[in-house]
Amino acid sequence: MNENSVKSPPMVRYQKISKSFGELKVLREIDLEIAAGEKVAIIGPSGSGKTTLGRLLMTLEKPNSGTIEVDGDYLWHKKVDEKLVWANQKHIRSVRAKVGMVFQQFNLFPHMRVLRNCTEAPIHVLGISEEEAQERAIAMLQKVGLGQKLKDFPSKLSGGQQQRVAIARALVMRPKVLIFDEVTSALDPELVGEVLEVIKEIAAEGETTMVLITHEMEFAREVADRIIFIDGGLIAEQGPPQKIFENPENERTKDFLSRFRQQNRNY
Amino acid sequence: MWDWQYTLSFMPDLMKALITTISATLVGFLLAVVLGLPLVLGRRSNFKPLALLTTGFIEFFRSTPLLAQIYFIFYVFPKYGISFSPFAAGVIALGLHYATYLSEVYRSGIESIPKGQWEAAAALNFSRIRTWVSIIIPQAIPPVVPVMGNYLIGMFKDTPILSAITLVEILQTAKIIGAHSFRYLEPITMVGILFLLLSYISSVGVRKLELRLNQRY
Repeated sequence: MNENSVKSPPMVRYQKISKSFGELKVLREIDLEIAAGEKVAIIGPSGSGKTTLGRLLMTLEKPNSGTIEVDGDYLWHKKVDEKLVWANQKHIRSVRAKVGMVFQQFNLFPHMRVLRNCTEAPIHVLGISEEEAQERAIAMLQKVGLGQKLKDFPSKLSGGQQQRVAIARALVMRPKVLIFDEVTSALDPELVGEVLEVIKEIAAEGETTMVLITHEMEFAREVADRIIFIDGGLIAEQGPPQKIFENPENERTKDFLSRFRQQNRNY
Repeated sequence: MWDWQYTLSFMPDLMKALITTISATLVGFLLAVVLGLPLVLGRRSNFKPLALLTTGFIEFFRSTPLLAQIYFIFYVFPKYGISFSPFAAGVIALGLHYATYLSEVYRSGIESIPKGQWEAAAALNFSRIRTWVSIIIPQAIPPVVPVMGNYLIGMFKDTPILSAITLVEILQTAKIIGAHSFRYLEPITMVGILFLLLSYISSVGVRKLELRLNQRY
């Protein structure tokens, strides 16, 4: 992140975002700004609300209250006569176009070959020609190391390969913001590395704003500009990786990190 | 006993009537396959009045006898200026009746698709229609093809009911042939054999199609 990005308007802005599932309050009036190009890692215990934060931004869940802005536009709302009202599907789609997501369970389209998984949306959503979509998709698949697998069905691939296809599929859409929702949690341990490597490479290119919801602390530390620790639906602490991991102030952060270190003492 | 000469003499008439039966089945089934889709979409709609209306329509057609529906379309509609040929009335009734069954079959196919597929479609910003066309329907239909095949054969066996509205299909033809010569054994038996044969061929075809669809990925 460079000096200018602090002053320029944020790519993502959550304002007083709350979300409940029935009686359960998952997020409580969260305020959060993410600068353009910034890589933010969201960590925290299971059920802390970190995944919900990403899903609200992808419009997979609707907030109960509060607003989200993406690149200066309200995502869920529209301004009518200076008042904010819920937006219709058309408006939501127009803003959502700037956001992409990679899922824990990959969610590739099983009935499409690898290449088509990556070209279907560019052709039908962005409206680019099939040739151009294929060109883009092949370049991206080569980048994630799967240039040889274009004609395979997803079921033929390992979990790590499937997740790399999912990353390529998201990148082909050229989103401004890319959410990674626990993308290695469903993988066998020996396959985690190849996926994290790909994400690191993308992060190094710098342009895409990245929201990394993760349990991989080492990875978060290496890639993220800022760590956000969420607990009980609130941002308990945030700051640069070094500070959060070496010098956390919040008791819950300390607790969480020490528990994490105990579990991973083996390596 | 069985008279082969007699059998051969009426077979051309029977085969002609068989074509009527097959046509009614195919057109009726095509109608059902197509109409089933808007029915299931209507039922799943977020717009409550539409969902209720569609559900009511489906329940009504599933729980009233096909014969009553056929009578209604053929004998009652003309009173209001809408009249159909026996073939058209029969095909519409069969199509509507089976569309309600097929809509339920589609529903089970659609509901078997993991939530993650819808979410991936949203994350790639697919429109609602594009999500159905590219992602949902291509995954929902292949697994339910065997059940659809069963309904096709079921509809085929239901076609003699169309004789009630003067459509001369194969069973009715056999009855007429029998009435002329007072010999029912051969024509009715042949009808049975033809139904068996065609049902069997269809079921083999459906199984082949099922295998092909499931081998794809």
